[in-house]
Amino acid sequence: MGEIVFRGLCLAAVVLPVVSLLALLAAVAAEGIGRLDADFVMRFPSRIASAAGILPALVGSVVLVLLTMLIAVPVSVGSALYLEEYGKRGRFAGVIEVNITNLAGVPSVIYGLLGLEIFVRFLSLRQSLIAGALTLSLLVMPVIITASRESIRMVPQALREAALGMGATRWSMVRSVVLPMAAPGMITGSILALSRAFGESAPLIIVGAATFITFLPDGVMSSYSTLPIQIFNWVSRPQEAFQANAAAGIVVLLAAVLCLNAVAVLVRHRLQRPRI
Amino acid sequence: MENDASSLSRVERPLSERVIEALLRLAAMVSVATTAAIVLTLGLESAAFFSEVSPGAFLLDTEWTPLFAQQHFGIWPLVCGTVLTSFIAMTVAVPFGLLAAIQMSEFSSPRVRFWLKPSVEVLAGVPTVVYGYVALIFVTPVLQKMMPSIGAFNALAPGLVMGLMIMPTIASLSEDAIRAVPVSLREASLGLGVGRVSTIVRVVLPSAFSGIAASVILGVSRAVGETMIVAIAAGQQPRLTLDPTVPIATMTAFIVQVSMGDTPHGTLEYKSIYVVGAALFLITFGMNWVSYRLSRRYRRLA
Amino acid sequence: MESEQEQEAGALGMASGSVLRGLPTGADGTSIEALGLNAFYGKKQVLCEVSMKIRGGCVTAVIGPSGCGKSTFIRCLNRMHELGAGARVTGRVALDGQDIYGPMVDPALLRRRVGMVFQEPNPFPTMSIRENVLSGLVMTGRLAAGQADEIVERSLRAAALWEEVRDKLKEPGLGLSGGQQQRLCIARALAVEPDVLLMDEPCSALDPIATARIEELIHTLAGKFTIVIVTHNMQQAARVSHDTAFFLGGALVELAPTNRLFTSPRDSRTEDYITGKFG
Repeated sequence: MGEIVFRGLCLAAVVLPVVSLLALLAAVAAEGIGRLDADFVMRFPSRIASAAGILPALVGSVVLVLLTMLIAVPVSVGSALYLEEYGKRGRFAGVIEVNITNLAGVPSVIYGLLGLEIFVRFLSLRQSLIAGALTLSLLVMPVIITASRESIRMVPQALREAALGMGATRWSMVRSVVLPMAAPGMITGSILALSRAFGESAPLIIVGAATFITFLPDGVMSSYSTLPIQIFNWVSRPQEAFQANAAAGIVVLLAAVLCLNAVAVLVRHRLQRPRI
Repeated sequence: MENDASSLSRVERPLSERVIEALLRLAAMVSVATTAAIVLTLGLESAAFFSEVSPGAFLLDTEWTPLFAQQHFGIWPLVCGTVLTSFIAMTVAVPFGLLAAIQMSEFSSPRVRFWLKPSVEVLAGVPTVVYGYVALIFVTPVLQKMMPSIGAFNALAPGLVMGLMIMPTIASLSEDAIRAVPVSLREASLGLGVGRVSTIVRVVLPSAFSGIAASVILGVSRAVGETMIVAIAAGQQPRLTLDPTVPIATMTAFIVQVSMGDTPHGTLEYKSIYVVGAALFLITFGMNWVSYRLSRRYRRLA
Repeated sequence: MESEQEQEAGALGMASGSVLRGLPTGADGTSIEALGLNAFYGKKQVLCEVSMKIRGGCVTAVIGPSGCGKSTFIRCLNRMHELGAGARVTGRVALDGQDIYGPMVDPALLRRRVGMVFQEPNPFPTMSIRENVLSGLVMTGRLAAGQADEIVERSLRAAALWEEVRDKLKEPGLGLSGGQQQRLCIARALAVEPDVLLMDEPCSALDPIATARIEELIHTLAGKFTIVIVTHNMQQAARVSHDTAFFLGGALVELAPTNRLFTSPRDSRTEDYITGKFG
């Protein structure tokens, strides 16, 4: 009897949160669906709720996130390769290891404060796309580094020895043997990081993403808005009509983020099996 | 290519090899540089803050009103708001997370688990601005029906929603810890005729304690650092209270509030977000460190 | 000694003086000489003052109980030992008179001349059969344009695998059977044209039929390369080698022509081992 109750509780603990999330999201969708049409996606923001759209925010988000990946992926993969293939035995690697664990737990607002001081002010990048992308890069790097290191560790030592045993240099071994095998894990980690960057807003508010913008970005020094920040702006307004806009924006945001997550899961399952 | 095929010697490694290693090393340094920059930034701006506001006032004043004409810089109202929302979040996240971990590790076939785990993890992948909207637009009105006195902005709604968001963190890490408990221990207990539930409660959970504690502490750290949910739904009125029905402000929400306005560098308001950031960093860093040590302990035992 | 080991020496037809019939030698092959070689893992010494000469163009078998240092020994011959964490080597190993632990030596250049075949077949899983064979040349940047097809065929023929895979060169190397995979790994090692081939228990993961094919292959390779093969199987050592070295507790006990070592060992420990008296 006790066991049945206990098992019921455990099951409920999994099912209840998932179901309530689904219910809440369904409610958001119901609020927003009326506003969601091609015009909503293709229009610029407006002071009149019913005429407002998310085009600059959506484009800003996509450009910002791509720029972030362009910076974060090479640095993170390089960092992971160094830690696993080059500096494994050194003290330096141990220091970096603790560092990355620490950085993964730093609240995102702190990255915002860092970006504001270093990129926006010190490097005089102002409230530009590139300042936002650099800030987000630092934020997502621990995610990509950790995923990359795990997939590098899955490559059997025997294969490294086989390559080195034929006289391959360390880098040619890494490039021909380690990277192809670790790539799926690296891609999965990168897509998850991309999804996180897409939904992030707090640090971008601090480094000055705009809440009301009427043009599309035209370069890395352009000012910009993003979808989560547009949503935040609408939520913060008291008028009901803007709340509906926020809900419609959330539907678009969630669709993008969930798609990215689904792709990541797919990549992990499809590519990680060895080709036979 | 070498001239003498039989020679084994080479004065130095090929240039390309050394360049690549140097580049990778540089990439690895970025994380160290980031930590250093965080500490330096927060430290310098905080030092500038304390040259104008005495640490005594910061720690003893009971009001936080940097944006008013009559400025007060007592950190406690913000800490209080953070503690309150985090505590509410943990009352949701800990029981749900722990029971979910037990469900996934003890009562689910690998097939079921294959579906359960990602479903739960979706909760952690939803952007926080969405949770903020949900707390403000859906949860608060429901609470208002039950408790008419609750404000349109309050600590309860964002706290509860935050709990939903943090629950997967606790579930996932606790599950790892529970699965690391040797099967032989379970079998020993079951073999003595002890029931399944008693075995879990008396044998498995205590053995996984340090891992579970690590997951809870990490969950608290996440709650303390969470920004958008509280910025949207908790109001932005720093006050020294533990009443969950009135508007409050957390440390993170204050940083966002100031950042939304145009605060020029060098002003005391600008420095104040860094001093709050520094406090936030120290608190979360301390908790992450304890969590890291605890999780290493159970990994060593397993 | 206390190490556990295989009890097959008793079954060894030691008296048959015909073990070396038909095993060719190469007169001008590359010789290897170890002098006072010590190897360590951290503080633990795994090889102790090993000095021995490996004749050029001959097959030398290295036998001994598990943990005797025989694998470590051949991994010291192409500087693979030092890849392990905390691994260290002292002493001298000369390849045709050149010290491979000299200060200017690049281990990568050394390993092009001293190839290795491992216990478990380890073809690269992301590469086809053809790519596997060429991988060493590609990775060392030495694949000349237009030569690929010829090298693939020559190497696979030399490894006695060509007839079996000629129609599926584009397929993954992992699709082959264990024995075929190991011959693919041998082809891969041969493609970089080494002078010496080190084989670290190359048949230990294979069934008897696959093992026989590898042994046949060693017969055809003998004379063209200097081969050092570690084996836990004394019959195998007797079948494929000119010389046999017996290791115990990290030290070389006896090195002698295979025929003589198995028929009249000079050291009593060798005799005890080959007659199965300890284990």
